[in-house]
Amino acid sequence: MAATTGALGGFLARPMGYTGVWGWVTTVDAKRIGVLYLVTSLTFFLWGGVQALTIRTQLAQSGLTVVSPGLYNQLFTMHALTMIFLAIMPMSSAFFNFVIPLQIGARDVAFPRLNALSYWIYLFGGLLLSAGYLTGGAADTGWFAYAPITEKTFSPNKGMDFYVLGLLVLGISSMAAAFNFIVTILNMRAPGMTLMRMPVFCWMTLVTSFLLVTAFPVITVALIQLLFDRYLGAGFFISSRGGDPLLWQHLFWVFGHPEVYILILPAMGVVSEILPTFSRKPLFGYSVVVFSGIVIGFMGWSVWSHHMFTVGLGAVANAVFTVSTMLIAVPTGVKVFNWMATMWGGNISLKTPMLFAIGFIALFVIGGLSGVSHAVSPSDFQQQDTYYIVAHLHYVLFGGSIFGLFAGIYYWFPKMRGRLLGEGLGKVHFWLMFTGMNMTFGPQHWLGLDGMPRRIYTYPSNMGWDFWNLVSTLGAFMIGVSLLVFLYNVWRSFSHGEHAGADPWDARTLEWTMPSPPPLYNFARIPTVHGRDPFWDQKYATDRSGRTHRLPAGAQEHDGHVEDVQNIHIPDPSYFPIFVALGLALAALGIAFHLAISVVGVAIFLIAIYGWAFEPTVEPRAHH
Amino acid sequence: MPASNRPFFRMGLFLGILSFGLLLVGCYPTHFQSTFDAAGYVAEKQLTLFYYIFWAMAFVFVAFFVALLYTVLRFRRRQGHDEIPRQVHGHTPLEIAWTVPPFLLLAVVAVPAISVLFELDTPPADAMEVNVIGHQWWWEFEYPEQPGILTAIVTANELHIPVGKPVKFTMTSTDVIHSFWVPKLAGKQDIIPTRKIVMWFQADRASPEGGFYGQCAEFCGLSHANMRLRVIAEAPDQFEQWVKGQQTPSKPAVELAGLAAEGANLFANVSFEGGQRCVFCHTVQGQAIQGKVGPNLTHVGSRGLIAAGILDNTSEDLGTWLQNPPGVKPGAKMPNLLLTDDQIEKLVAYLQSLR
Repeated sequence: MAATTGALGGFLARPMGYTGVWGWVTTVDAKRIGVLYLVTSLTFFLWGGVQALTIRTQLAQSGLTVVSPGLYNQLFTMHALTMIFLAIMPMSSAFFNFVIPLQIGARDVAFPRLNALSYWIYLFGGLLLSAGYLTGGAADTGWFAYAPITEKTFSPNKGMDFYVLGLLVLGISSMAAAFNFIVTILNMRAPGMTLMRMPVFCWMTLVTSFLLVTAFPVITVALIQLLFDRYLGAGFFISSRGGDPLLWQHLFWVFGHPEVYILILPAMGVVSEILPTFSRKPLFGYSVVVFSGIVIGFMGWSVWSHHMFTVGLGAVANAVFTVSTMLIAVPTGVKVFNWMATMWGGNISLKTPMLFAIGFIALFVIGGLSGVSHAVSPSDFQQQDTYYIVAHLHYVLFGGSIFGLFAGIYYWFPKMRGRLLGEGLGKVHFWLMFTGMNMTFGPQHWLGLDGMPRRIYTYPSNMGWDFWNLVSTLGAFMIGVSLLVFLYNVWRSFSHGEHAGADPWDARTLEWTMPSPPPLYNFARIPTVHGRDPFWDQKYATDRSGRTHRLPAGAQEHDGHVEDVQNIHIPDPSYFPIFVALGLALAALGIAFHLAISVVGVAIFLIAIYGWAFEPTVEPRAHH
Repeated sequence: MPASNRPFFRMGLFLGILSFGLLLVGCYPTHFQSTFDAAGYVAEKQLTLFYYIFWAMAFVFVAFFVALLYTVLRFRRRQGHDEIPRQVHGHTPLEIAWTVPPFLLLAVVAVPAISVLFELDTPPADAMEVNVIGHQWWWEFEYPEQPGILTAIVTANELHIPVGKPVKFTMTSTDVIHSFWVPKLAGKQDIIPTRKIVMWFQADRASPEGGFYGQCAEFCGLSHANMRLRVIAEAPDQFEQWVKGQQTPSKPAVELAGLAAEGANLFANVSFEGGQRCVFCHTVQGQAIQGKVGPNLTHVGSRGLIAAGILDNTSEDLGTWLQNPPGVKPGAKMPNLLLTDDQIEKLVAYLQSLR
């Protein structure tokens, strides 16, 4: 106690409340942080969608002038950045936060305040990344930002600075969160929860976290080099100065391809939870699914140059990356087989989460198959940088990641809110989004093969591209409508949805043993785990003949001892994470505007870190 | 229709759209940038490989969707059937077995892929040489001296090549990364500042009226969408004639009369907005000052298109261009010189005399 007062106690008394706005701002509870992540990422997702619809409106017909060429280039750049860094990644984080501690039988994550810090850095970093719109133009060089167009000579405005600074700041958030989840998953599992008994979602979180801590340093190096180029004239990526624009491409894609798996593996984890629950069967070939996830994570490092088949690396390099890229289809294919086998012989309930999970498999497989045609480099020479690639990547990231994450929202919303999302509206949402998705991106395969390049703000009327572009645009608006249905569903179900109870889906994992929403301390008693589907095994027993039957409620086994809830020590809220994040964001902002802002930012950062260091996780309570 | 039957309908719809798309391939082979209408050896090889992969993947696609739909429909929960299925955790032999087909399938694709890759990598020894220089946002083509071309030719945005002869391109960029792509002749190749990157293709039939279409495929800034080009593939004797035409000096300014002569004077000697003169940026053989910033205009009158292929080379379009270049091609390095209608008329007359 003395330490806190000694540091900053005079003007920053420790927050103790769990209610109201300050309760949210100072929270270190992983469940609340999960909700913050979810709400923020959904907001950015809608913003990314607005940008996408503007792009599709501009391209609906040849020669339209809905937006200027300059704004168009900002829109497609920011659409990608928003969706990747501010929507999909943090939406996965939302589930890491909310679900992982519950699934492994823990009361919180390993470092609760660091967890809050990750969220606040994400929020401020996201605003920083988007800030270019307010200062004369956001980044407009594509999310891949190929040098030398990113150099001051070609991109003098602030948008590019916000790209660099925003991504640097966001990288800190991702790395901090990843370390946190690695430690949480490795160290905080309940007794008996061995690694090979963990739910697959935990496994995929672990693999994703390792990818994050290894991939982000690479892009960080590249971004700092670019920062030096822009501010100090270093010339890392300027060939006339002895630098090399291809250095950027290599660094970017060495990060960028693992990033693709950072986006898809959590969704695969979500789907691996939902399929068994709604099929009433355990996941088929658990160890193979886990192992193939790990293999995908490793192989994700060996395929980056397939993004660079047309830069002239030569036949040998292209051959190597052709083969390594095709090999990654093997573990992916194995996962799909196992998912199908999980459903086979099951009793499949087609509730909304399951529809999204099956939609995920269907669309992801289409994306994987089209992927083979540009894994093969001579065939890719025609497809690279065309709408064929746009179609492919959206089948994987929209049909894959987004469908997987929406499956997760429908699945875990009841646990978060205690109420189910409307089933009828959910089905309407699914079918509109599924149809709209195929209408938007299906025709783009054809457009690409018909020679339509990516990133063009207009095209002439005689190219024969008008019709399918119009179809694609209509599909995009159908996706937009489906999201309105979703929002309405959330709004209505928030206070009028059917009460969920602890276990609305007859699920198999530990999070469903708790009331919905779970209490602050999660588990009143830390459970002891005896198998892969601990909750299922409490509810069901299989007799000698192989028949499984439900145990009467009274006979269900409970072990572990009940603690006095009053005695459970959970971390107290803290002001410091948000201040550290604010200081960091201001320090970055100052680089783009005026160093005085940086000085203020660094000061806030240092003071907050100092206060943090001397603040105990749990405030000792005099009356205990 | 019960909800559980609807996947069938949606998939059917999707397959329908897909096959309709493929049907269009057959119906409209004149799509200007269609990769399905290969007109040269390289593009044909790449297309054959694509078809090969396509059919292999189409087979997987159909097999997979039949299996998925069958599984979901057969094992869906029916009303009143609330039983607990057998709790199967896995089947090791089966799991090992189904890693094999993906391997086999990929091997089937990989073998032709690698062989085509290496075959197309090296340009044939007897190829004609052309240097390609990418600029924001136009193409410069340079035919160095070589058998059949006695003195070097420099032109822009319109590439003339003889049918049946491989052409080797040595490419570089003066500013950012571009990508040279003529879909009917070959896949694309990126162009990187200060590097010299080689690719080749060959036209096996003459181009239709207006040439084979192409455009920059790597995002290169504001007017990336407007960085287009055409390849005029013509019979060898016609190509020779074109070469001869390009090597014959255009009519010297002193021999011009009327509007064109006045235009020549404007072009060479008059400073417009910002002290700019046409010759500061553009070369016309025979002029005293020969700028190298913009396209070489020595034979601009003989080209079909101007402004990186976004306008026709007609008096009207040339006039539109001269009136406000960045208005036509956003970000164009050529500024609006605030020319009067009279000046434009004279300049157009001069430029069109340069054949």
